[in-house]
Amino acid sequence: MELNFTGTDICAINGTRSAPETHYDVVVVGAGPSGVAAAIDAAKAGAKVLLVDENPVSGALMGNDIPLYFGGRMTAATQNTERMLEAIFMSMPALETAMDAGVELLLGTTAWGVYRNGPGVASLPQQVVGLADSERSWLVGFDKIVLATGARDLAMSFPGWNQPGVMGAAALQMLLTRYEAFAGQRILVLGSHDLALETALLAQARGIDVVGLIEVRDAPQGHSELVAKVAAAGIAIHCGQTITSATGGINGIESAMLSTGDVIACDTICVAIGLIPSIELVDAMHGPRALNATRGGYIPAGEPSVTAVGDCAGLADSGFDHIAYRMDWMRALSDISADDTIICQCEEVTRADLIGVQPPNYLSRPAPMCARSLDTLLQDGPANPDQIKRLTRAGMGVCQGRRCRDQVAMLLAIEADKPFGSIPLASHRAPVRPLPLKILAEWDEPAEMDAAWDVWFGIPTQWVPVEDINTPYQDEHRQMLYTGMYT
Amino acid sequence: MSGSEVVIVGGGVTGLSAGWWLARSGVKVTVLDKFIVGWEASGRNGGGASHYSSPLFDEEQRLWPQMDELLGYPTEHQKGRILIAMTERQWEQYRFIAERHTRLNHPVELLDVKQVQEAVPLAGDNCFGGVHYKFGGHANPQRSVQAYAWALQDLGGKIVQHSPVTGFETAGGKVTAVKTANATYGCDAVVVAAGPQIPQLMAQLGVDVPLAAARAEMIITEPAPMMPLGGVDGHKIYGRQTLRGNLAYGGGPHEWLDVDATGPAARPSTPLARNLAKRLAELLPKAAHLNVIRSWAGIIENSPDGRPIIDRLTSPDNVVVASMSSVGFGLSPASGHAIRDLVIDGKCSFADIDILKLSRFDNLESDWREKRGWMPIS
Repeated sequence: MELNFTGTDICAINGTRSAPETHYDVVVVGAGPSGVAAAIDAAKAGAKVLLVDENPVSGALMGNDIPLYFGGRMTAATQNTERMLEAIFMSMPALETAMDAGVELLLGTTAWGVYRNGPGVASLPQQVVGLADSERSWLVGFDKIVLATGARDLAMSFPGWNQPGVMGAAALQMLLTRYEAFAGQRILVLGSHDLALETALLAQARGIDVVGLIEVRDAPQGHSELVAKVAAAGIAIHCGQTITSATGGINGIESAMLSTGDVIACDTICVAIGLIPSIELVDAMHGPRALNATRGGYIPAGEPSVTAVGDCAGLADSGFDHIAYRMDWMRALSDISADDTIICQCEEVTRADLIGVQPPNYLSRPAPMCARSLDTLLQDGPANPDQIKRLTRAGMGVCQGRRCRDQVAMLLAIEADKPFGSIPLASHRAPVRPLPLKILAEWDEPAEMDAAWDVWFGIPTQWVPVEDINTPYQDEHRQMLYTGMYT
Repeated sequence: MSGSEVVIVGGGVTGLSAGWWLARSGVKVTVLDKFIVGWEASGRNGGGASHYSSPLFDEEQRLWPQMDELLGYPTEHQKGRILIAMTERQWEQYRFIAERHTRLNHPVELLDVKQVQEAVPLAGDNCFGGVHYKFGGHANPQRSVQAYAWALQDLGGKIVQHSPVTGFETAGGKVTAVKTANATYGCDAVVVAAGPQIPQLMAQLGVDVPLAAARAEMIITEPAPMMPLGGVDGHKIYGRQTLRGNLAYGGGPHEWLDVDATGPAARPSTPLARNLAKRLAELLPKAAHLNVIRSWAGIIENSPDGRPIIDRLTSPDNVVVASMSSVGFGLSPASGHAIRDLVIDGKCSFADIDILKLSRFDNLESDWREKRGWMPIS
């Protein structure tokens, strides 16, 4: 085949991407107090500012514990977008201040990826953030991006946790305050650090029956003033104990059993052991991040055009070692868990299959497979959650690992007998929120993209059947499949 | 060669398959990998196994249905593929390919729109027709790579991860040892199957291997209801429905890169996910409501003609170099067999693979990348 090369690969990405729809000096992701304050500051300094917040998210996403661990305990009121929007404005008067300052505000708008040129990519026209609402997705260019994405709930597994009614503290607080849409009446709280104490007090103030707090350590962990307030409120803190199982029915949780053997009736178990800074966007853009035990986990570690503010930059540092605390809980819950305790709810991965590095149960397990385990895998090198994920599917589901990623890392640390910090962070990938194909799709893509599109590299000699080489079929093949690529 | 030592540089699917084949022949195998087995393109591809353009095709087709049993671990191999044409031009192209298959005695069947919808419940009436390959198929790349690695270990082979190769020791026209930062591995023969790092490694042996690296991307959705056949693609995207139900698809423009001796610096995905999502929503409109939950990228290398390089060198004469030129996963059962044959017998036993010799590029112009436009964006 005579090929005369033109010096241009028309199937390469070069110059085929769409430009962002708009450009802002500053894009702020997350309209909590820190994000709104950052947006107002930037606008007052004369910048063109866009402030986006994913809330209110759809009922379907809330049902998958996105962005917080709602545990199916939201009322039908959360299905009403108008009401939810109003609730957000009511709870955040600063939003109006921001708009008065010239900030453009988009609620119900998710930032699902941040992209810029760097190692491995040089084809982006400019750095962009991918946005999406309930109708479509689009790209926005920026000079600076401020991430104010907050913190998400740490979920913890125990027998029976995979039922409606087991939820996180941040989710509970949001349902109780902003949305007034919590569907439970009697809650048991796991943990006794400030998060747990504050959540218990808030719930009681909102008329919820708080049946007690469970603390795995020997004493309450939070600030003494908060501990005293909880005591004054008549809420018991059961120390040196853990939950051993939860039972329930069609509507979810009905009771919890403790390590003392006591059974406590409740319809909700609030896991208030910790919050994790929401660094999905930073990690998905391969931005630097570092583990900081007193600030709640991995936090952004500096990037010229990216600023993190509020909880996503790290929880307020009170000197409390959140990682050590979580590991104590994980060890206790790991000890009482059964082989068939589910770790990954989306993919129904049990504790035994995770530790055994076994494939999902729709695949066969011949003898050599059964003989493999985390122990045999560790002989090849240190534990890597991404490798475990590929083999067991833990973390591969629609909640994008929100419920199990932290637990899997902790469990790997325990099983490998290594410090938590030695276990790499399982990778986050864009879109950092589940996005329907039809929403993510670039329906009006540039003609250049379509012209460059080939199923693979567009190399005409790559797919000619070997039998056809140096026959007339070879040219026919090229002309039929690769017209326009080479002269 | 039973009892001799072979060091394999690169724990991707090609190196692992070669190691497994060699271990089956009683060779002592050590696979060295810079990180974790299958971490690069071998674990990031679409899983297709229908490479009719390759001289290794027949062996690929013969072996895949047996691989679970031969390896002792699940690969998720599934047989057959359906390509759906979404434009008149694609329908013309797919029928052309179907005609070629018929002539080459590969069983195919043309499907009209109604038949496509029956065979592919997620398809719509927006297509022009389809081609059902009654051959080929797909497997799970990540599971298969680990299966090769484990099967190799079960036969006594060694895998050393987190150990990038830094160089070679040579004597008497042979490589006598392979070096990493922490150890030196003596050997009777070497297989260099290090993907984009092959040129830098082989340059140390004075051998020029023309390869250029590029980034390609994929997306995956949450699980869809299981279709009778998971190997559904077309519309210029490739991919499959996994046995869990997820739809994993890739395709579209690539970006040429420079990769240094330590391997890809990063594998960033880009907003190309949106263009993949568009085509997948068009191909399978009844899945358009499904959530995309991840995107990713991989770095793969191509030879100047896009065909693999599988060759035993004349000097040093105990080195086999193997790049599958961006099409390595599906062919891996056969490429490993071919490499085993070259290492042990000096000749492939089951196919004429002279077309894959490195010497075909002996007269390649030095500016071959520039001429093809295969240069990184500056």
